[in-house]
Amino acid sequence: METERTSPQPAGKSPRQPLSRRRLLGGIGAAAALGATGVIPLANHVSAEPEVKASASTGPKRQWAMVIDLRKCEGCTTIDKAPQCVEACNAEHFVPPGQEWLQVFEVEGPGGHPHFLPRLCMQCENAPCTKVCPVGATYHNEEGIVLINHDRCIGCRMCMAACPYGVRRFNWGEPENPPGAALANYSPEYPLPHRKGTVEKCMLCAHRAKDGKIPACASGCPMFAISLADMTEDVATNGKDVFKFSRFLADNSAYRLKEDLGTKPRVWYIPGHGQEYGHHVDDNLIPKEPRSWQEQGMTLDKLEEKHKAEEHPQTEGAK
Amino acid sequence: MNASERQQRLEERVLAPLTGFSQTWFIWTGCLIALSVLGFIAYAYQVRDGLAVTGMGDDVIWGVYISNFVFFSGLSMAGTFISAILRLTGAEWRRPLTRFSELTTVAALSMCALMPAIDMGRPDRLWHLLVYGRLESPLLWDILVIPTYLAASLIYLFLFLIPDSALLRDRTGVRVSGARHRLYSIFGVRWRGLPEQRRRLELGGTIMMLMIIPLGVATHSVVSWIFGLTFRAGWNSTIFAPYFAVGALYSGTAMLITVMFIFRRVYHLEEYLTEKHFQYLAILLAAFGIIYLYFTFAEYLTVTYKLEGGEDLLLGELFFGRYAPLVWFGFFGGQLLPVVIAAIPKTRTIPLLVTVSVLANIGMWIKRFVIVVPSLSLPLMPYAWGVYTPTAAEIFITIASFAGFALLITIFAKLFPIISIWEMTEGWEEEHSAAEVPPAMPPAQLAPQG
Repeated sequence: METERTSPQPAGKSPRQPLSRRRLLGGIGAAAALGATGVIPLANHVSAEPEVKASASTGPKRQWAMVIDLRKCEGCTTIDKAPQCVEACNAEHFVPPGQEWLQVFEVEGPGGHPHFLPRLCMQCENAPCTKVCPVGATYHNEEGIVLINHDRCIGCRMCMAACPYGVRRFNWGEPENPPGAALANYSPEYPLPHRKGTVEKCMLCAHRAKDGKIPACASGCPMFAISLADMTEDVATNGKDVFKFSRFLADNSAYRLKEDLGTKPRVWYIPGHGQEYGHHVDDNLIPKEPRSWQEQGMTLDKLEEKHKAEEHPQTEGAK
Repeated sequence: MNASERQQRLEERVLAPLTGFSQTWFIWTGCLIALSVLGFIAYAYQVRDGLAVTGMGDDVIWGVYISNFVFFSGLSMAGTFISAILRLTGAEWRRPLTRFSELTTVAALSMCALMPAIDMGRPDRLWHLLVYGRLESPLLWDILVIPTYLAASLIYLFLFLIPDSALLRDRTGVRVSGARHRLYSIFGVRWRGLPEQRRRLELGGTIMMLMIIPLGVATHSVVSWIFGLTFRAGWNSTIFAPYFAVGALYSGTAMLITVMFIFRRVYHLEEYLTEKHFQYLAILLAAFGIIYLYFTFAEYLTVTYKLEGGEDLLLGELFFGRYAPLVWFGFFGGQLLPVVIAAIPKTRTIPLLVTVSVLANIGMWIKRFVIVVPSLSLPLMPYAWGVYTPTAAEIFITIASFAGFALLITIFAKLFPIISIWEMTEGWEEEHSAAEVPPAMPPAQLAPQG
């Protein structure tokens, strides 16, 4: 698996900041370079260290979105593994065991064909969760991602009641953190360590987007079914292919979950148009239980190595 | 019986429970304190281990704490609200009822205000509400309105307590301890029963009454909007605010009947809290109950007729599924039966009324529970129904909240008269002056004694 390849790069970063976020490489950057859609101002992100300062001086912000091609998703049943997107997510965020920020459901599509449906945070533009938060702990960042400030969250769970997609999770007890997490540089864009009594959820790997990487789930998907898109540049990539986002949605009858609620989710699904997708009812494909980061043996060091490994091949791809 | 004898008898009757402690009182209060302490211990465990000690989970994120919250806010609504409306409309029969009605409100509202704090994942960050509070959040409306209503109810209670505190200050000076005498002096605020003081009391009282009524409605509306402003099946309803407000009046009135019965029995106040008062409250109970039934019908008709996806599943579970016994008991035992008993003059007897008023509140608690929990256990995505069973910690804290409610009432009733003596006197004076047209009697009974 490409994403599991590791290359022993010398760790030049302090252990306090396990996740590199200094360069924009591969991912969207590569996508823009290859695509005929225009140039993404890479320079803005090259020196994006402190991000806030950089963002204040730049032009239009990126607006992250996602598109999931359901024609490609087999729930990893065909490769006899647990959904790799979920496992990648668990490993990337050290998702407290018992929680899943990303879940893969089996749903029945039109015509009776069951198919798999990975459900992550919809990053709604008209987000019911951010409206009801009494302390403004959950909010949209400038790039349209719904984040949670765990230093501010009071644990009232009003946002969980409001979310129509059941995305949000709560640390009912003291959550398991990886060793060394206490020293991590907490930020709502990479919420580690996890804190007791606060709400957690998928945050579209905001920290990875900063580094020009597609979210962990997208990079973990062996079928390249999950793509990250920038609505400002109208470009999307699944790490392999690059395509024009709006065109892709229009050509493939994209839809959003519970669209009639008016929440304006930023996650689109491709059901296919005419092609066969999904499987037969009697196929009895049951996704395996994803492993938690503990079961995967993930540590902060390993995560950093993984990040470096991801950077390398994509840099070459961009040349 | 002449006026002064009648007055003396009233004072004797109403003030008697204030002095002397019976053994039963100690046992009762001791039990309440013990239950409250158990609740504190349970809460201490919850603080240590987090909300993991409760039965709540990522599906059913709210449980009995929020049910209690809605229930207590309901209980709190009727007391002050009814007292204010009856005072404003000059209903004579209100006089012996006002004090304990207001007390019920204050006690229930105190417990109500505690519940969201107990339910909070990070109680240590309560102050964030003050620093980062966002007015756009329905939860913040509750944070603003409930303490305001509690403060207003406290002012309202102690405002109309001034003349009685002054009376106690002047009458029982010899019999009670110095501390208690000081307490009455503080709450009596140099009341001498002067015409100017009376005028001011009346003015202040009227302002408070006019404030209390919209505050009462607001309290229950904002509680309902915690649910009504979400997309959840069973909550996504425009009728929720008035529906909750009427439910609150219904459950609060039932609680007043229960509290009135207990005080009448324990304090031997049969002379003042008469059958007539039960009858009147029963008529209110029936009226609120009928409106509540109408709202229930309107709410369920609109969702049952359309049968939207989520509502369909929810209604199935409510009426025929896991929650069916609770729902049907709540409906027949908690709503229909009390209304019928209270509406028919023949069945409107004290024992029956008290029975159905207790039933009505059991029914209303269940109603709150089946509003909160099933809507949350309904799957939003294709996964299984959420499961929720309250744990020991939740049950202990719930019991403690009811004990706390009773304890507040018990302690208050030990310190202050449970019937507003001066209002009774005022009523008699008015009656007297209307009948004989003599010059208005000076407020001798409220005047300082030497």
